[in-house]
Amino acid sequence: MSEIVLDRLNVWFGEGADRVDAVKGASFTVPSGASFGLVGESGSGKSTILRALVGLVPTWSGRMKVDGVALGRKRPRGFYRDVQMVFQDPYASLHPRHSVDAMLSETLKLHGFRDIDARIVKLLDDVGLGPQFRFRYPHQLSGGQRQRVAIARALAPEPSVLLLDEPTSALDVSVQAEVLNLLTDLRAARGLTYLMVSHNLAVVSHMCEEVAVMQNGEIVEVMSVEDMRAMAPSHPYTSRLLEASMGYRPAG
Amino acid sequence: MSQASETLLDIENLTVTFPTRSGEFQAVRGISFTLGRERLGIVGESGSGKSMTGRAILRLIRPPGRITADRMALQGRDLLAMREKEMQGVRGQRISMVMQDPKFSLNPVMRIGDQIMEIYRFHTGAGRKQARAKAIEMLEAVAIRDPERVMRAYAHEVSGGMGQRIMIAMMLVTEPEILIADEPTSALDVSVQGSVLEIIDKLVKERGMGLIFISHDLNLVASFCDRVLIMYAGRIVETCAADKLHEAKHPYTRGLLGSLPRIDRPQKRLQVLERDAAWAEAESVSGRL
Repeated sequence: MSEIVLDRLNVWFGEGADRVDAVKGASFTVPSGASFGLVGESGSGKSTILRALVGLVPTWSGRMKVDGVALGRKRPRGFYRDVQMVFQDPYASLHPRHSVDAMLSETLKLHGFRDIDARIVKLLDDVGLGPQFRFRYPHQLSGGQRQRVAIARALAPEPSVLLLDEPTSALDVSVQAEVLNLLTDLRAARGLTYLMVSHNLAVVSHMCEEVAVMQNGEIVEVMSVEDMRAMAPSHPYTSRLLEASMGYRPAG
Repeated sequence: MSQASETLLDIENLTVTFPTRSGEFQAVRGISFTLGRERLGIVGESGSGKSMTGRAILRLIRPPGRITADRMALQGRDLLAMREKEMQGVRGQRISMVMQDPKFSLNPVMRIGDQIMEIYRFHTGAGRKQARAKAIEMLEAVAIRDPERVMRAYAHEVSGGMGQRIMIAMMLVTEPEILIADEPTSALDVSVQGSVLEIIDKLVKERGMGLIFISHDLNLVASFCDRVLIMYAGRIVETCAADKLHEAKHPYTRGLLGSLPRIDRPQKRLQVLERDAAWAEAESVSGRL
């Protein structure tokens, strides 16, 4: 019930001679309950698509729909509950002087929940943090624990869509495994729809059923994860990315 | 192999200690290894002491941090006994270091050419003209197409991949015997990563340089290096030939490898690393050849 449709989305920054077209004519559909990946190198426009979707970039054209509702410049109130984002760097996305409790209760209050106390306990439990973490500050948490808090905050308004912007690229591989497992479990338990940005093809292949490959603001290929595993891309840029992700191969 | 077996760097029982309010903290705890004319990888997670090891070799640990070792010798000369003045002749000239992010390692208010020339002149006493020629030659060596233009550019005017190649040019202009590369490609896109590694690889092979390659990326180290040290909690828990990394025995190394998602092998859930307190207690494995 939370299908995401992008139809010829353009996003730009600046005006006149300074105009940069960050996303050019991007179209794809994420079925409700699916997990869709966006991969590409830095500057390819993958994060910009997420930012345009949540409404952090006002300069766009084309059509975006979530759950059948076309998105305009102003989003309906419910949108801000339904669609939540988890950012890349948990060191930057959590307020350094707010405790976990303060962060979660603020979000819950904003969305008009009453039983805040019970919900915080439940949220912490859902993301695998015990109640002992409730009154801690970000500097008292490890990177993985911080990302769990960021996920708890995203889950607080009971969204149906999570936009994940490189959610594990700042984490060690063992912690990455824990956070990815958590995201897998949450999707199964809550029927969430994921749109995930990553530069790591292995992570995307693990998490997603379908992947869009971006280069210079354009989607060059949308492929199923099966094709990716079979190393059967149709675009040369995708093959380059796939090869590079397998480690170092000396030329010649 | 006679050339490869020559020991450039010989380290025995290296410890890096920082005093904290709750007692002393040892970031590196008594590790031993040697470096020949080879590509030696050091892998581990954040906090394992891999970067501290690199910094300790150059004595770049600021007080109150302390470096102790039974032996830390560069081609037979004791690095720990050197006066600071002598160390300056080692850093950048005999042992160079490339850090992760060129954005923070290049001087933002100095032209790139001037930065490379400064290093060369400081270590060799060469004149401007000679230094300039050398700087251009180095930029060409790291596959920068228009070195004359880059010489005049500032750090913010070049891309990340180019910045990292400039850093490598700057670190190699003095023709050091050893290069310590601390996550040299982690800030770069995969396609650029390959070309930067190729340049490092070529320099190691052509000049017979010793390389210490510090990284958290197990697949990259396995495919790029000759030998690997795996660090955990300040100690070396395992050493192996890089191409045998995927057959590693230690449960920590196995756990790290198992926690990686793989394109070619789908799995429902990723393996989670169960840490054993005994790993941190166990004696360090020697990485000496």
